[in-house]
Amino acid sequence: MTAVYEPWDETRGADIIAEHSKQEGATLVILHALQEAFGYVAEAAIPMVAQALNLSRAEVHGVFTFYHDFRHKPAGRHVLKLCRAEACQAAGGDALAARAEAKLGVSLGGTTADNRVTLEPIYCLGLCATAPSAMLDGRLIGRLDEKRIDALVAEAQR
Amino acid sequence: MKMRIFVPRDAAAIAVGADDVATALEQLAAQRGLPIEIVRTGSRGLCWLEPMIEVATPGGRVAYGPVGPEDVASVFDSMVSNGSHPLRLGAADEIPWLKRQTRLTFARCGVIDPRSLDDYRAHGGYKGLERALSLGSEAILNEVTASGLRGRGGAGFPTGIKWKTVAQAKADRKFIVCNADEGDSGTFADRMIMEGDPFLVIEGMTTAGLTVGATKGYIYIRSEYPHAVEAMNAAIAAARRGGYLGDKIGGSAYSFDLEVRVGAGAYVCGEETSLLESLEGRRGLVRAKPPLPAHHGLFGKPTVINNVLSFAAIPFILAEGARAYADFGMGRSRGTMPIQLAGNIRQGGLFETAFGVTLGELVDDIGGGTFTGRPVRAVQVGGPLGAYFPRALFDTPFDYEAFAARDGLIGHGGIVVFDDGVDMRKQARFAMEFCAIESCGKCTPCRIGSTRGVETIEKIINGERVSENLALVEDLCNTMKFGSLCALGGFTPYPVLSALKHFRDDFIPAPTTLQAAE
Repeated sequence: MTAVYEPWDETRGADIIAEHSKQEGATLVILHALQEAFGYVAEAAIPMVAQALNLSRAEVHGVFTFYHDFRHKPAGRHVLKLCRAEACQAAGGDALAARAEAKLGVSLGGTTADNRVTLEPIYCLGLCATAPSAMLDGRLIGRLDEKRIDALVAEAQR
Repeated sequence: MKMRIFVPRDAAAIAVGADDVATALEQLAAQRGLPIEIVRTGSRGLCWLEPMIEVATPGGRVAYGPVGPEDVASVFDSMVSNGSHPLRLGAADEIPWLKRQTRLTFARCGVIDPRSLDDYRAHGGYKGLERALSLGSEAILNEVTASGLRGRGGAGFPTGIKWKTVAQAKADRKFIVCNADEGDSGTFADRMIMEGDPFLVIEGMTTAGLTVGATKGYIYIRSEYPHAVEAMNAAIAAARRGGYLGDKIGGSAYSFDLEVRVGAGAYVCGEETSLLESLEGRRGLVRAKPPLPAHHGLFGKPTVINNVLSFAAIPFILAEGARAYADFGMGRSRGTMPIQLAGNIRQGGLFETAFGVTLGELVDDIGGGTFTGRPVRAVQVGGPLGAYFPRALFDTPFDYEAFAARDGLIGHGGIVVFDDGVDMRKQARFAMEFCAIESCGKCTPCRIGSTRGVETIEKIINGERVSENLALVEDLCNTMKFGSLCALGGFTPYPVLSALKHFRDDFIPAPTTLQAAE
């Protein structure tokens, strides 16, 4: 299940911003909504958010860069997140992460050259009793082993 | 009569195939022409048995697990015939792992349909709020204080005192904020209760609002928990339809409404002041205290900010009385704690029990040791900021003060088990690395100290001037512990120093064996 995003469009972006800008403390809400629509937050959207919320560009940029979730460019077609926190480490997650990196030829945080897969670390999916865990395009997978991680990587590469 | 089958929709169950099992059951029932009703519940918390599914029988619910899609046909036959099956676990309520728990907060989790307000009410839901409405603010405060409830997020601050401070504050607006930014590895109780019994959280927050005079609440849920976000939003909508949120709650003169806000992948936002900044739409920079959020919280207004489990404990306390809750526990740790057994553990999951159970009982007896079958070497209690304990400390009772006395913390109640393959140098390094990644950057000991910590531990791993660098790390840890603004920088030393103290051998290179000169 690949997420389908719209290409960045200023009018559509302005509509999304307007839809949420009346809420108190709306910055994160708007950034989430923009990323949900376009897959990332376009540089051009930052001053638009700032204007709508009566903030400076620097303030909005500061918020945007503070949080790990927000992207400044689109991710690969599939996003494979591997939990790298302690519970998954205890359950053999280190070796599985290294295996996924080797299979994809990218390090955690990178996107494959063909732009098919973005591989990312995530710090805890809250599936700590069925570790190690991963999330592929929003789908959760627990009790990972070599076979399952290979299948996930293959699925992401399709 | 339609057969009722219960399949969890908890994220951990879904991660190991619960959705596929539900689909397979539906298809099979359609093929056989047998009408069934599938109820998607939360999880009972026996995670090693997930997907654990149940069927309603005249003698109560009978459980099966772990059920994979390939088992569905034979399990279904066993359900229809009430016959034996290798995965049949017997009456769900009689499963020893469940039966030995004291489920006050998690009583309904895994039992009811978390989307159904009627189901919640049929299982005792909203009894606490009804009593609260008849009691009034002062009497509620007395109950919460007398229950001895302490903040379940980790800090253990008495909830009654916090609420009283906000109740006494004068302001045009006050807020209730639920901290559902459960970022600690090894913890998932907040997630489970939001997915499995979301009305409980709503009831607890509504009660808080009524008590302190707040009409608006926010639940700040981390973005890593999309299923919890969905469950809470669905429950809020249902509560509004049912007259339990909005104007004139339950026919009273009182109004309260809730909104879910989603985090964006910053661990530090689990710190309450950072969370408030984030809710206000800013970078999650920690605020210096005082002023306390109780005086100057969200949007500068008096705010009750509590963890999910703290709010979730409230309805029981009000429905059954403070005494019924305070009768459980030990010392100053009253009531029950939903403990989460995680990592390399054979029987991992959610185990709610009175304070006082020992770490050894939890890991060896209840948890059954490691799933790799290798000896347990270390357990980290309380998330990434919690200490690593060796077996020698397994007699420590689960209690705020007992853990603190041994330079540890219970935090949010997560226990991560490691077998003898663990390299404690790596774990110490990771603690610093995680702090460096997640530091909000406001205070120097945390921002710079964590990076220097990673570098110095790396030197130790590489065998460079080991004893000098060990002393340096210890010194650095003291600076971070006493000089940081919040628990991220202040508690990162716990895993590091405990690893150094209890697993010293891992840090000191084995002496080179000298060949005896002939």
